[in-house]
This record gives sequence, structure tokens and C-alpha cells, in this order.
Amino acid sequence: MSEAEAPLLIADGLTKSFGRQIACRDISFDLYEGEAMAVVGESGSGKSTLLRLLSMQTKPDGGCVRYRMRDGVTRDLAALGEAELRFLARTDWGFVHQDPALGLRMAVSAGANVGERLMAVGWRHYGQIRQTATDWLERVEIETDRIDDRPDVYSGGMRQRLQIARNLVTQPRLVLMDEPTSGLDVSVQARLLDLLRNLVSALKLSAVVVTHDLAVARLLSHRIMVMKAGEVIETGLTDQVLDDPQEPYTQLLVASILQP
Amino acid sequence: MTAALELRDIGKSFTMHLQGGMHLAVLSGISFSVHGGECVVLGGRSGLGKSTVLKMIFGNYRCDSGQIFVHDGTRIIDVATATPRQMLALRRRTIGYVAQFLRAVPRVAAIDVVAEPLLLTGTSPEAARNKAADILRQLDIPETLWRLPPATFSGGEQQRVNIARALIAEHPILLLDEPTAALDAENRARVLSLLAARRAAGTAMVGIFHDDEARSRIATHIFSLPERSEAA
Repeated sequence: MSEAEAPLLIADGLTKSFGRQIACRDISFDLYEGEAMAVVGESGSGKSTLLRLLSMQTKPDGGCVRYRMRDGVTRDLAALGEAELRFLARTDWGFVHQDPALGLRMAVSAGANVGERLMAVGWRHYGQIRQTATDWLERVEIETDRIDDRPDVYSGGMRQRLQIARNLVTQPRLVLMDEPTSGLDVSVQARLLDLLRNLVSALKLSAVVVTHDLAVARLLSHRIMVMKAGEVIETGLTDQVLDDPQEPYTQLLVASILQP
Repeated sequence: MTAALELRDIGKSFTMHLQGGMHLAVLSGISFSVHGGECVVLGGRSGLGKSTVLKMIFGNYRCDSGQIFVHDGTRIIDVATATPRQMLALRRRTIGYVAQFLRAVPRVAAIDVVAEPLLLTGTSPEAARNKAADILRQLDIPETLWRLPPATFSGGEQQRVNIARALIAEHPILLLDEPTAALDAENRARVLSLLAARRAAGTAMVGIFHDDEARSRIATHIFSLPERSEAA
């Protein structure tokens, strides 16, 4: 990773209100290739809105998002057309929802869920699609003989792993994750976290991970951004923010972690 | 010759907002430098901030005042003002750190815990694993344990995995926070001779050692942290 290269994603002054409720106020950061950033804070702090702003699912009231495209040109996402944005979302980005049912098609097989993303980028050869889907199921530790089952007969942990496979199969450069582990049992969580951590580092993914769980942030991220009431109140290296928190609110969050 | 590491007048205090804003001044006016092949051992009673100094150099604690210059290839980086991205790069290729305790990730095998820092510098997985195996062997971790996650290991075994992980990437600067505390005499001797060899090969070290044998084998300089004046 060379340090001279431009950021992959630049958030510049992102602001969004819903009525009189400010969800995000003046949020700026740079994210480089291979970097994983956690956004932590309580529910209602604006974390999920920020993810939606970054992926242009919600239009900001102010500020902009710039993204370095595969051709090396950094462009303002607001200037892209609908079709271009959709193409980015289908190929270069992944979006892992807390509820896998939002990110999967529950009525088609696991193999088709993964294959669909490949077909969206132009794959046509059935055998290759099925082989790649099989490889990815293996990679996320789903028994390959379950490839023809629909995700509605999968457990919660399997569904979440399938959602991850579906997102990563097109080799995206940026993955946005909204509480990826919080609906799961603790033992299932540990397995998923380990898997995500390995994938993020092996594929050199850039990731923004929204979580209220500081242990998840510790394991998955290089950097942390702490949000409160729509504002960023503290940022830094993950271990620095967790081991030497400066702001009263961050100290409260860190002090509130349950030690087993 | 430029120092590998230079601390210039660093200071650190903690404000505990949950304890009514209690203010703890831990360090002030600390300056020393370390060249390649030197090992500065931090002295002074516990509570004076020895571990804090190491954590500040590693960027784990923020530096409130002063500068921490790290010689990074052709550049000099001030840790006190470095961006997270610069700090991560420094940790990848320049500064290794043996913490007092291993923070083990569930489900990751010991050999992969050790190999990881090399993978981050772009070494192939196979070469990284081979080297991890070499170091684990030198530190006398039985091969039957390599495939297991270290969370289940004894304190001494975990500590040696921790040391192996810190040594594998051969960083030019090494920070050691009581690396031999949990070890029996035989393993302590093993670790000390490895560290002594690294120092002789030109690694710059800053360490905390509580036993005299370790100090006398490793230290080239002792830096005693000053007693704090309680007038705040």
C-alpha cells in the first residue's frame, strides 16, 4: 500500500436532517484502500444515516461524497447518473445489512443469490457462475451441498455469511456494513467476525463498519470514528480511541463494556 | 548517526471525565534517544509511567506534548502528530511491540497469529508461515500447539507467541513491556538470547524488565523515570 495514492472515498461536510432532527452534521473523513473504519455510537447517533449518505441511498442536504473509480479518476457521486450509481453499487461496492433478509433474495437458492451479482456484471457461463458461487460458499464456511437451498431455511449465522458471499463475489473495493454481527448468537458472532477480518485483510477491502459494539470495532477496524447526536466527537486509531479515550462520551462508552 | 527513535520533552496526563474530571499528570519533560544496536531499559518504581512511555511511542496513547521522532527509512515521522494512516504504516514496517498480554483473536491458530505481521508487509502466506514456524521452534513452542488458537495456552506459552509475533517482521525498533515476566528460567534465557541477537544485529530497543538478569543481558542504557512532584 503506497501512501502517496489518493483516498478511495472522501466524505466532505456531509449533513442531513429529517425535519428538525439533525441526523448527520458536517461529517468529513478520507478512507484509503485497505482501511477499515468503524463508526461507533449509540442508536440514534446518525451512524446508519451516514452509511446511506455514503452510498447515495439518501441525498445529503449539504456536503458531498467523492469516490475514486476504477479508472483512477475521483468523482463526485452526486454528479453520476442513476445507471452509473447502480452499476457501482452492484460491482464495486458491497452493502452488508444487519438483517440479511434485506440483502438477500429469500425466495431463490443460495447459489442464485451469489450468482446474481456475477450475472449483473456480465457473467453468462452457467458452469463458471456455479463454480464461483460454490467457491464462495466454501469461503464463508457454508456446506456446498446447501447451494440449492433457499436462505429462508438457513440459520441466522448462515444467512449473514451468505449475504457476505453475495457481496464479495464481484470483488468490490468498498464494503459498507451496518451492524453486521448484532443479530447473532455470541458463538456465531465470533466465527463471523473472524471470517470478516480475514476477508477484509486478504482482499484488501476498504470498509466502513457501523457498530455499537466496541469489541467488534476492536477486531475489525484500523480506525474509529465516534458519533454522538449526529456529530463526530472523536476519531483516531482503533486501539488509541479505545485505550486512551479523550471525550467524556467516549470514556463512558469504553467504561460500559462488559468484561466476561 | 541519526537516532532510530528520539523522545523530546514528552508529556502525558489523563483526564477521567467519569470521576468528576479527575486529572492525572503521569509524565512530563521526558527526553531520550535510542540508536540502532542500543537498548534503553526504563527504570523507576511501578506507577511512574514506564508502560505509558512505550504506549505513546507505539501510538496507542496520545502524546499531549513534545515530539516522538521515528526514523522511518528515508523520513522522520513525529508520532505525536502522525495521522492514523502514517501510524499504521510505521507499525507495519518500523515499530514492533511486545505487550504484556496477548490479545488473542478467537479461532485464529497460533502460527497464523505469529505470521500475520509478515503478511501485512506483503510476504507470501507460505514464506510467512515458514518463518513463523522457525521462530516458534526457537521459542520452544511444541509443534502440536501451532494449529490451536493461543487463547487456551498457558501464560508462558502465550507470552512466547506474543514475542514471536513481535519479532517476525524484524522491525528496526522494538518496544518490550516485560517480555520475560511470565516465563520460567529456561524460557527466559531463550528469549533473552534471541533479543540480544536482535540488538547486536542493529535493532533499537526500549524495554521494561523487572529482573536483573534480563537488564544486565539486554540493556545498554538505563533511563530512570523521574519521581513526580505532587504539586499540580
